[in-house]
Amino acid sequence: MYAKDYHDLGTPLANGDAVTLEVDGATVTVPAGTSIMRAAALAGADIPKLCATDTLKAFGSCRVCLVEVAGRKGFPASCTTEVAAGMKVSTHSEAIDKMRRGVLELYVSEHPMGTCADSSRCEVESLAAAHGIRGSRYAAPGTARAQATPKPIDVSNPYFRFDNDSCIVCSRCVRACEDTQGTFALTIEGRGLESRVAASQQEPFLESECVSCGACVEACPTGALMEKSVLTAGLPQQAIETTCAYCGVGCSLVAEVTDGAVSRMVPNRDGRANQGHACVKGRFAYGYATHADRVTKPMIRKRITDEWREVSWDEAFTYAASEFRRIQAKYGKDSIGGITSSRCTNEETFLVQKLVRAAFGTNNVDTCARVCHSPTGYGLKHTLGESAGTQEFVSVQHADVMMVIGASPTEAHPVFASQMKKRLRAGAKLIVVDPRAIALVKSPHVEADYHLRLMPGTNVAVINALAHVVVTEGLTKEQYIADRCERDSYQKWKAFVADPGNSPEAMEKITGVPAAELRGAARLYAQGPNSAIYYGLGVTEHSQGTTMVMGIANLAMATGNLGREGVGVSPLRGQNNVQGSCDMGSFPHEFPGYRHVSDDATRAQFEAMWKVHLLNEPGLRIPNMFEAALDGSFRGMYIQGEDLAQSDPNTSHVTAALSALECLVIQDIFHNETARFAHVFLPGSSFLEKDGTFTNAERRISRVRKVIEPLAGLADWEVTARLSNALGYPMNYTHPSQIMDEIAALTPTFTGVTYEKIDRLGSIQWPCNDSAPSGTPTMHVDKFVRGKGKFYLTAYVPTNERTSSRYPLLLTTGRVLTQYNVGAQTRRTANLAWHSEDRLELHPHDAEARGIEHGDWVGVTSRAGDTVLRVEITDKVAPGVVYTTFHFPESGANLITTENSDWATNCPEYKVTAVQVVKVAQPSAWQRRRQQREQAPVG
Amino acid sequence: MDIQRLVAMANDIAAFFDAETDKVVATEGVRLHISRYWEARMRREIIAHVNAGGAGLAPTAANAIRLLKAPT
Repeated sequence: MYAKDYHDLGTPLANGDAVTLEVDGATVTVPAGTSIMRAAALAGADIPKLCATDTLKAFGSCRVCLVEVAGRKGFPASCTTEVAAGMKVSTHSEAIDKMRRGVLELYVSEHPMGTCADSSRCEVESLAAAHGIRGSRYAAPGTARAQATPKPIDVSNPYFRFDNDSCIVCSRCVRACEDTQGTFALTIEGRGLESRVAASQQEPFLESECVSCGACVEACPTGALMEKSVLTAGLPQQAIETTCAYCGVGCSLVAEVTDGAVSRMVPNRDGRANQGHACVKGRFAYGYATHADRVTKPMIRKRITDEWREVSWDEAFTYAASEFRRIQAKYGKDSIGGITSSRCTNEETFLVQKLVRAAFGTNNVDTCARVCHSPTGYGLKHTLGESAGTQEFVSVQHADVMMVIGASPTEAHPVFASQMKKRLRAGAKLIVVDPRAIALVKSPHVEADYHLRLMPGTNVAVINALAHVVVTEGLTKEQYIADRCERDSYQKWKAFVADPGNSPEAMEKITGVPAAELRGAARLYAQGPNSAIYYGLGVTEHSQGTTMVMGIANLAMATGNLGREGVGVSPLRGQNNVQGSCDMGSFPHEFPGYRHVSDDATRAQFEAMWKVHLLNEPGLRIPNMFEAALDGSFRGMYIQGEDLAQSDPNTSHVTAALSALECLVIQDIFHNETARFAHVFLPGSSFLEKDGTFTNAERRISRVRKVIEPLAGLADWEVTARLSNALGYPMNYTHPSQIMDEIAALTPTFTGVTYEKIDRLGSIQWPCNDSAPSGTPTMHVDKFVRGKGKFYLTAYVPTNERTSSRYPLLLTTGRVLTQYNVGAQTRRTANLAWHSEDRLELHPHDAEARGIEHGDWVGVTSRAGDTVLRVEITDKVAPGVVYTTFHFPESGANLITTENSDWATNCPEYKVTAVQVVKVAQPSAWQRRRQQREQAPVG
Repeated sequence: MDIQRLVAMANDIAAFFDAETDKVVATEGVRLHISRYWEARMRREIIAHVNAGGAGLAPTAANAIRLLKAPT
């Protein structure tokens, strides 16, 4: 069932020229291609329907939407009949109503009245009641239907159940699984009265190929597929639009509230990013927000070996502020800093960096984007002029060729993956560049044309080889380049990539990618005509992450694939507000809007607004802070919403640095791994508990709206403001909209952004200013933001992390669909039903050589450390490559990752670690210590 | 700070800019990068390291650091 109060128009939006017609005497104008059903709904004359819903193409099976059209014979189905100019439609007549009653009586024989868990929202029961039907002759006592044995209800999925006896076999769920989600897990099996919906090969939903996106549940017109939360909580009393707090797709959601608690989350069908879809995380995994582990009282302690002591907010702020000031007095102003969070809102990250710059008086501010997409910001800013993706998601529907590099969209950005798959099913070509066989390489109705299965760490060699083919085979767009790019940099780059040393044949022994395949992929991309690149952390989290981003931009410029729909360079951002946290000035060298702190005019603007002197020197990055902590020149940190001890590489090094701090203030919703080293704990608020905005991977600014009151009493922005006040730098905002007004006043790309405008337009893609008052879906349309696009030389420099006889395998890392990042949220939900531990993927050849069998525990050792994981033997990884996820702290995945980092940004090289894998019998020493600690009380 | 870490970082930066055939451009690229992205104490320490002989630094990195202005 769709969201409370949603008006379903029956069939999707069409986009033809305007057509005017009459429905029941009312005139309505709609685009050509619109169904009569949709036109009638827009004219205020909703036509009864069961198999139709406006997210799915018309199916024409239920026969309750019949209408009469003047001058035409019979009773056409309004869902499958398109409008025509001058058409006169009647949606009701005695004959139509009689037919509908007959059809509905048949449906009621399948779905008896009063059997639905939520009859008021069951479309069958509502329609039948409206037509005066209370029962069915076809299910009367003595009929086969009446004597049928009730079928068991499938309750295997933790979030929804399937009651086959309430199903009317309308196929909406099957079509949603195919058209909306693209998984093809559902089917109608059997014939006639025995036909029924089945998951995979008649398996329970949980064990089937179902990915639990919930599209089928929302599409179901009855209570056959229904959220368990609705069954227990009852009908919603309120529906509030907000934005998902998981990945960078930034789905627009509707939170339905019953008795002050969220009873259901459904995708907003008007959501521009998600197009009415959601995934298992966004739609279902919100229970962490009210999990018993939530910390709701401020706590302090003098030493990290002391017990925590619950205190009032005032005492916590006073203590934290006095400690920060004490440290600064003793060790200098630059001895403290802060970290903003990509999980928090724009307004909150803006306030944290403001606090650091204005109240602390340093530029020692950084963000968790340091460890994911900082190379994107640097690489795209230098080549194209703006630190952001170039497209909106719907642009993919105009792509002829997609190149997916170092990303697994079906796992990490599932809603966008569904949009990609829709376009691929329509005929677009696909190139996958990844060491692993990600799901897009081969899945139902989708198969990559090329899978360039490179060795981890050789991205730049591949992108240079692709460019080599483009340049040497005359596939460049010379006029486009001449018009839009710097001539000298292009000529230099062209000569560089044309060097035989960059040819696919020369690079094959480094990358492992057969030259012929690489040449084929390069030709396909160059000849598109519309080719789009989508990339993830498999690009950025390398010692040459920035070089690779630049290489991608070079290739897109050289082939003219920037500046219109269907093309572009699109980073798939990991967290909900990575883009926003970067936009908001979270990096130590730049103010909001990516302006360097040394720029006098920019600094003067901020100084005038903030009434404080600001430094013109860059501050410390996160890894620099660790180094400075270890040498004693950095002693205090304020961290909002990031778990450095779990998420950053080389855990031993990180925890040694955190242990050296004299005052660590953590603001989080849970007592995370980093909190073990903290002196002050400030309870955070989940996305359900506050107002604000997130900016997704498309630069789309969307509203986050308060659904429930903050569990600890304060929203995160209020906590930062009160800490600042305690430090003696006043922040007196009464609502986050005032913070956005300040952002708009200080940031040229946000000048036109207000809450009122976001509410009016639904969302806004920055830049939004006088030149683009409604925002900018596609960037670099007439020219690049930097003026002329600049080509950079991207020589392949092998990582220092290499295999040896001692560490013969290369470890790379990634995510699974049902868990999210360090798992703080999803581990506290029923998503554990799908993925309850991190496993190590190992190729069968490597397993056999080590005598390892599926499910064995194996020790994974690198130069940095060791851990123990359970093994999964699979050919998703190539021989010589192993892979794991990092969702569970007990896995200790970052004990083995090293401090190697990107040359430009210090983004860690999570994706390449040389390791050895051996069979073991017990957890590692670190894991045993952690287990003991976990069993002890918090403190 | 760990000087070996700073040396490694400077060398990584130089490795990128060394793709430039014009060594003046490469050196300026490294200098500009360090001056725009390294915090003052890091710059002070790497300058001191160069002044002490610059052990372990790649030539482009060492040349660029010699051109850096000492932070005040």
